Amino acid sequence: MIAALRERLSGLKSFQRGIHPPHRKKYSEHAPIELFTPTGDLLIPMSQHIGPPCKPTIKPREEIEYGQIIGDIDHPISAPIHATLKGKTAMTVITTLPGPGGKRCDAIPLKPSEEGAVPENFLASFLDRNWDSVEPTKYEPEEIITKIRAGGLVGMGGATFPTYFKLKRNPDRPVDTLLLNGAECEPYLTADHRLMVECPEGIIVGLELARHAAGAERAIIAIEENKPDAIEALKKAAVGHNVEIAVCATKYPMGGERQLIPAVLGRTVPSAPKGLPLDVGVVVVNVSTAHGIARAVVRDQPFTHRVVTVTGLGVKKPGNYLTPIGTKFSELIESAAGGVTSEAIKVLAGGPMMGPTVPNLNVPVIKGVGGITVMIDQETAHWHETPCIRCGRCIDNCPLYLSPTKIAHAIKHREYDLANEFDMQACCECGCCSYICPAQIPLAQYIRAGKNQWRIMQTKQKATT
Amino acid sequence: MSDATNAAKPAALPIKDAGPRGFLVSSPPHLAAGATTQRIMFEVLLAMLPLFGFALYMFRLSAIVLTVATIAGALAAEALGNLMRKRDQSSVYDGSAIVTGAILAFSLPPSLNPYMAFLGGMVGIALGKIVFGGIGNNLFNPAMVGRAFLMICFPAALVSFTPTAPMTAAGVDATTMATPLYAAAKQMDLPSMSALWLGNTGGCLGETSAIAALIGGLYLVIRGVADWRQPLALLLTAGIFAQIAHWIAPDAHPGATFHLTSGAMMFGAFFIATDYVGAPVNPWGRLIFGAGVGLLVMVIRLFGAYPEGFMFAILIMNSLTPVIERVTTPTPFGGKVEA
Ligand code: SF4
Ligand code: SF4
Repeated sequence: MIAALRERLSGLKSFQRGIHPPHRKKYSEHAPIELFTPTGDLLIPMSQHIGPPCKPTIKPREEIEYGQIIGDIDHPISAPIHATLKGKTAMTVITTLPGPGGKRCDAIPLKPSEEGAVPENFLASFLDRNWDSVEPTKYEPEEIITKIRAGGLVGMGGATFPTYFKLKRNPDRPVDTLLLNGAECEPYLTADHRLMVECPEGIIVGLELARHAAGAERAIIAIEENKPDAIEALKKAAVGHNVEIAVCATKYPMGGERQLIPAVLGRTVPSAPKGLPLDVGVVVVNVSTAHGIARAVVRDQPFTHRVVTVTGLGVKKPGNYLTPIGTKFSELIESAAGGVTSEAIKVLAGGPMMGPTVPNLNVPVIKGVGGITVMIDQETAHWHETPCIRCGRCIDNCPLYLSPTKIAHAIKHREYDLANEFDMQACCECGCCSYICPAQIPLAQYIRAGKNQWRIMQTKQKATT
Repeated sequence: MSDATNAAKPAALPIKDAGPRGFLVSSPPHLAAGATTQRIMFEVLLAMLPLFGFALYMFRLSAIVLTVATIAGALAAEALGNLMRKRDQSSVYDGSAIVTGAILAFSLPPSLNPYMAFLGGMVGIALGKIVFGGIGNNLFNPAMVGRAFLMICFPAALVSFTPTAPMTAAGVDATTMATPLYAAAKQMDLPSMSALWLGNTGGCLGETSAIAALIGGLYLVIRGVADWRQPLALLLTAGIFAQIAHWIAPDAHPGATFHLTSGAMMFGAFFIATDYVGAPVNPWGRLIFGAGVGLLVMVIRLFGAYPEGFMFAILIMNSLTPVIERVTTPTPFGGKVEA
């Protein structure tokens, strides 16, 4: 209650409800981005976006150049996959993806060549701040879209939706506002933060290009108030551009589309699974994706590397590493971040609120992974489930106004229809309910399991009829 | 192994080096606020301290004896229930039975026989909670169930009040032995406003001092332990109702301030109506619940046979909770999910 009042008085942009988990960003927020080039084999999965997986376009045991396309598919919801280092490929194998449910897919192993695996001065060119000469409007919108697709860009906030498809103009559903998401509300993660500090100019250029492509008038960058240096840097870089900077309250899940849009624009996105930001004329793009857009369109650089925060009390040297896609967690953690400590018990692909665990470190970094959090026992939650005391906290803190206790209860009793009546499908799995529950009921976990189960039942039903 | 040799090792890390057990697999989130049922119950007890302190000043030893007796009864029933249902005794330690006992004690007259109080605590937990399946499953507020039981078994003992030394010192007439509400019902002289706020009047253990209840209650609301919705709706409804009655018949009915500061109103609004289990969980449901209790209390006070009606009001609204719950299911932020 006090927190809510304080937030009202602060005048910062915010949404209703939500929680205030510890930030724990200090481990890595001041660590400058470092380039990491693995020497061990990469494993480049063919499924790194929402939509059907790509097909390999190269032969096994082929010498390939950095940035060469190695996988693609002819489908509107897709993005090509590039060689992220120079090297030699091998026979396609099957790998586990660092995502929810441990999905498996084909992957191309790539042995980096000993010399020149990564282009010279890669870090400097990645963080190059000299974008003055760029005239975004001299590009045709179609040209921008084509180049974004060719660059293999997908949403880097984790949703991995192909960016070109999001920005493609649709005369029936015009977009008036482009919202750049720099909230980074997940505890621990600082990859977007560092990029905003170290290359704000690139982000602004990406924003101009995306706005032009989508045909939006307004462009807003939303940042949480706990990143003053990023706000400062972007404000400076935005001078002379028609860009608004929206400073938001530090609250979880500020970075969720359904929270950010009401917070910044006061518009309500219709409920999932059908409702989209597009329904209210908004496109949300992550700041790192915007940076990728600038590189892809202006410099013709494909999406081969991304900044990955390796953090948590379980690693020896937390930091932000510019990592080629396909690098195994094991090598990144061991060689860049100094390895795990003996107390490490959990490794997450992402932050602690929404990041799924990985069972082992043989999984590759993919386009949607912005962080690896290695947690020790003391910093993780333990769920000793006790009976619900009907305190109402889960309802009072659910940013989507759902009734987590009732949905979870229905799921426990396998009453999926009842769960749907309580709008299970609208849940964004943010985890606020689990975080806050004093009875320590893993509510979001139940709901996620329930949604999965429901999906399986639906597909089975379709198969039989 | 030193760090130096670690760094010299080949970069790729086979699974077995990832730690002897591999890593834990679990679904996110991996963080929790650290709130527990136990902690919440502890905070409720903490908030009851000002009231207890005042009861101690007013009623001396009987405050302690009654509170200990009800809590002991409640704990005994909880433990017995667990034994009979072959459950572990964790629910004895979660503090909820202690809170039930304390709330029951605070709504009993100081002159009550301690063995009756003990019985009340036991029955409250047994009939109010255990038969429904334990914490979280009960329909009725167990403390109020215990009090209702005592009311049925020992009606006379539950409405007799003896003024104590501080009261007589404050000028309460020793012969009337009346609580303010009784006085109002019988149209006798009413205690002064300051006496009602401070609490040197007759009444149950926790009912006398409106100020002490308010302090504890505000603490609970600020700490987020109790919802603000029930107390606000309750006090508003009761206040408006009392004031309207006062305007209609100024001689027969004292106004809103009297009713809000007398009897169980303040204590009940913050401590009884905010009890989680018997009340709805939906935000609107809680407002309706609070308003309903406020309305019923005033109806009973003004038109019923009893001078105070908090217990009945709570029990009636408890029984309506499932219905309220059904009609107040919140609409998701983006609207109902389209089928
Ligand atoms: S029910 Fe879903 S949307 Fe609501 S708090 Fe829980 S996880 Fe988040
Ligand atoms: S937060 Fe937990 S204990 Fe409270 S109502 Fe929700 S599920 Fe029940």
